[in-house]
Amino acid sequence: MSSAHAHDPKAEIRRFIIVGVALAVGTIVTVLASFINFGTPGANIVVALVIACIKGFLVAGFFMHLVSERVMIYTILAATVFFFAGLMYLILWSLEPTSLMHDPAALIHIR
Amino acid sequence: MEIPYTVREREDTGLYNAKLGIWLFLASEVMLFGALFSSYILLRVGASPGTWPHHLLNVFLETLNTIVLILSSVTVVLSWAFLKMNQFGKYRATQAITILCAITFIGIKSFEYRDKFLHYEIIKNDGTIVDGHLIERTKDYVLIHPTPPHRESAMEKQAEAKGVSNPSEAKSPEDTAHATKSVEATAAAKKEGATTTNPAVENAGEHEEPVKVMTSDIKKMENYGPWHNTYLAIYFTLTGLHALHVIGGALVIGYIWGPGARMWKTEPERYTNRVEVSGLFWHFVDLVWIFLFPVLYLL
Repeated sequence: MSSAHAHDPKAEIRRFIIVGVALAVGTIVTVLASFINFGTPGANIVVALVIACIKGFLVAGFFMHLVSERVMIYTILAATVFFFAGLMYLILWSLEPTSLMHDPAALIHIR
Repeated sequence: MEIPYTVREREDTGLYNAKLGIWLFLASEVMLFGALFSSYILLRVGASPGTWPHHLLNVFLETLNTIVLILSSVTVVLSWAFLKMNQFGKYRATQAITILCAITFIGIKSFEYRDKFLHYEIIKNDGTIVDGHLIERTKDYVLIHPTPPHRESAMEKQAEAKGVSNPSEAKSPEDTAHATKSVEATAAAKKEGATTTNPAVENAGEHEEPVKVMTSDIKKMENYGPWHNTYLAIYFTLTGLHALHVIGGALVIGYIWGPGARMWKTEPERYTNRVEVSGLFWHFVDLVWIFLFPVLYLL
């Protein structure tokens, strides 16, 4: 939402409304998709998260103007993404069948 | 002393200070919600297939709530655009809609919370379970309106297809066993014409009449608050924290819209920046909900 990037306010207003409609449609599609059987639970999760990511991109990209922001903000967000991805990696790693979390005996041995 | 860089951008960052500050704050917020999301993933994946009771929530209401929040995000960004075009009246009107949307969101959320606090699971001395909404509670009896059967999501159907029963209130393997026993007891009770039921697994739609349970027959009675099971604990934590953000954001937007609007006459650029910064926070709140909604309500 930087003033430096607001070229044509009227065009921007039109774009904001289109993005808003797209977000509402995306919400309805998410709900409908949850009642469709995509074969496996994993596939349903992927479909829901892909739609959520697209909606997230629309909000962050257009409403928060991240499609055309200052380098400093991208730098802050890069650090955030790094740590967030690290956190999620730890979670996914702990869910691996070979993870030590699934072998209490190994944990006792380490202790 | 004048606060520096409230309007003018710093040479080194290319941003005015409040904007840099809000982005740093939002970065920390990402980690806060990220930690709670990761907790949710661990609990969700750790639950036995078919035992995650997210069908307890009202998907229609929350779809409506999601659209309300999206509408508020649109009005926030429009109000900022109107200020950029020096149209203060239109800014006021669109931001008023934002505040109304925030109140609506919290209202619907409160309704949902109230529903959970009035929703009870009663385990009787004979092992049968009565599940439904409290109508009346006296010293001698409790009157419950049984919960109707829910519409299954695709993931629940997949779990069922794999032969997993759906004792929705189960919290642990022991509880699962208990719930299964209660199903058998309920089936037996039905044969005898009893009015007890476990709606999660039985055809509760057959029992639309209120069920009267004598106090002396009750072994345990608990509502669906955060203490009921791990799902509700993480549900209340995530949605409660998000609701606090909505309330906080609405208060700030309301202040800027109301008493803080005097600044528009003296320092319009600084005022516009304030609207922008509060708007960034509001969009973040919307962004969090975009991920919370499918994860908590649909998967």
